[in-house]
Amino acid sequence: MMGLDRDRLIELVQVVVRNPLRAFLSALGVGWGLFMIIITVGAARGLENGVKADMGNDVANSMFAWTMSTSIPYKGYQRGRGLELDIDDVRWLEANTQHLDLVCPEIQLGGWQGTNNVIHGKQSGAFDVSGAIAQYQKAKPMNITSGRFLNQADLDAVRKVCVIGSRVQDILFEFGENPLGETVQIQGVLFRVVGVYTPKGNDEDAQNEAESIYIPFTTFGKAFNTRDRVGWLSMLIKDGVDAEEAEEATKQLIKSRLSVHPDDPRAIGCWTMAEEFQKAELLFSGMRLISLLFGSLALLAGVIGITNIMLISIKERTKELGIRRSLGATPVRILCQIIGETLFLTFLAGLCGLVLGVGLLEAVDGYLEGGGDAGVFRHPEIDFGTVLTVLCILLGMAIFAGILPAIRALAIKPVEALRAEG
Amino acid sequence: MLALRGIEKAYPLAGGTLPVLKGIDLNIEQGEMVAIMGSSGSGKSTLLNVLGLLDGFDSGGYDLDGVDMSGLSEKQAARYRSLFLGFVFQSFNLISFKTAVENVALPLFYQKVPRRERQKRAMEMLGKMGMDDRADHLPSELSGGQKQRVAIARALITEPRVILADEPTGALDSSTSQDVVSVLREVNGSGITVIIVTHEADIAAKCDRTIRLHDGVIIEDGRSGDVVEPTANGAGSTD
Repeated sequence: MMGLDRDRLIELVQVVVRNPLRAFLSALGVGWGLFMIIITVGAARGLENGVKADMGNDVANSMFAWTMSTSIPYKGYQRGRGLELDIDDVRWLEANTQHLDLVCPEIQLGGWQGTNNVIHGKQSGAFDVSGAIAQYQKAKPMNITSGRFLNQADLDAVRKVCVIGSRVQDILFEFGENPLGETVQIQGVLFRVVGVYTPKGNDEDAQNEAESIYIPFTTFGKAFNTRDRVGWLSMLIKDGVDAEEAEEATKQLIKSRLSVHPDDPRAIGCWTMAEEFQKAELLFSGMRLISLLFGSLALLAGVIGITNIMLISIKERTKELGIRRSLGATPVRILCQIIGETLFLTFLAGLCGLVLGVGLLEAVDGYLEGGGDAGVFRHPEIDFGTVLTVLCILLGMAIFAGILPAIRALAIKPVEALRAEG
Repeated sequence: MLALRGIEKAYPLAGGTLPVLKGIDLNIEQGEMVAIMGSSGSGKSTLLNVLGLLDGFDSGGYDLDGVDMSGLSEKQAARYRSLFLGFVFQSFNLISFKTAVENVALPLFYQKVPRRERQKRAMEMLGKMGMDDRADHLPSELSGGQKQRVAIARALITEPRVILADEPTGALDSSTSQDVVSVLREVNGSGITVIIVTHEADIAAKCDRTIRLHDGVIIEDGRSGDVVEPTANGAGSTD
């Protein structure tokens, strides 16, 4: 009975279009409110996407640990003891951890952020050179643009191979020259290029990554005489494990392995990406909520406008409603008609705001995809869930907007309505 | 068909009430054509509204087709209006943004008759009124007489048992008035009860029976030719 069939739709359209200017003006508020929600939520999402893209070089559940020197004497060791990890410590940690999915040893030539002169033919440049294992990509994602990343066979056979970043290719190789199979010289040792990668993300870390070279961890130890020494660990926390808990547990494991006092605050350094992601997520959740809240307030103002217009309309249409009652319209039909008109008008306006808002977001997205510069702003979008939420809010507000005029309409007695001017 | 027993109706006023109908007893049989006359404030329009279930009453009883209409809910009243009654008003009361055929079809909309069927029946009814060539015209594009014909077509579309006409010729010239009364006479000829509130004696003269009200009381009720002419101050006045 209450369904929106063709007849009711025609009735609704007739009522709405008979005063098109008024319908347009009253709908404008709602359309504007919804447009604002879409734009602000979409813009917040664009900002979020931009920031996350910049963080794309990192995995949300990644964690890094390194050793320093002790600050508390323990088990006969003096304070200030320098600590080092080796490959056996890594294997022990892998075997004993309950919080980690992956433990990757890593070491860099010249230490953390140390650069090295790398030569190819007549070209040379200063780049980061790191020893890594085949699984390293899981902890530090990258796009392999040609060739491959290091594999287990490289490590087992201690091959002198390397994977170079895109900036390394640009500097050491001629434009159009294929680096695969070519050799580069690092501290007098020749390494054959087996792959080229571009880092994910756009931040400073990603720029540095593009100027890096990875060689097998085993080869690194032999070529540069670091043997099994590990510079730091890149790790992945298991899904569902709290980052802080994993950090603390891992530090305690390493401390116990290296005979460090459990309360030593300085011996082991640790940094988790998850905490950064959590902070960013909190910030963006707040932004989304604020966008939705302020957009909803704008929408509410529009809906109140529609209520007002409907109340005026009911007063003007008193006679028409009386005629309808005299022709057999039940109070429920009148109620449904008024709420239906409000819903129709509100939804029509909302739909226009939605289409315009999404259209604008798409246009901005198209501009950015086409190379437009918008700083840290990327792919503004609004997901289906948010649209659904907004439509539910709109539906609730539309019903709210229709109830008061409908009650006003019902309060008019048929005989009084027929006597009204109009 | 219609039976009123001791109907009383008063309107609330500041500091009291204004009695409008004072114990109306009335029986109208199926197929009668009845004129209700009276001076301004005599209660004739109120009586018509009570008969049409557009207004309630304070006490007494009202049987429509043998069913007691006392204490009806608005929904029930709407249902009885839809099934039994058709209304014709002095100011036509056509919905301004609907065409003639849409106006005529509207009561069927509330009876949930399918659109195609509504359209067909509305066109047939307009044809009977000689208005089929004006079916797609808006009320603003019709003359007074044409509007009233559309209104009568709308009143008849649901095949009601009773037509209630409140001053149906009040806004028409005398020639068009006679035309409209002729149409109502034809309607009555098909067995439909017609009740007309009018202040025009010549309209009342076309009816079978005339009821004259004064101050909320029926003062005369008889064959139209037998009821005396209204007084000068009563004639030409309306409620």
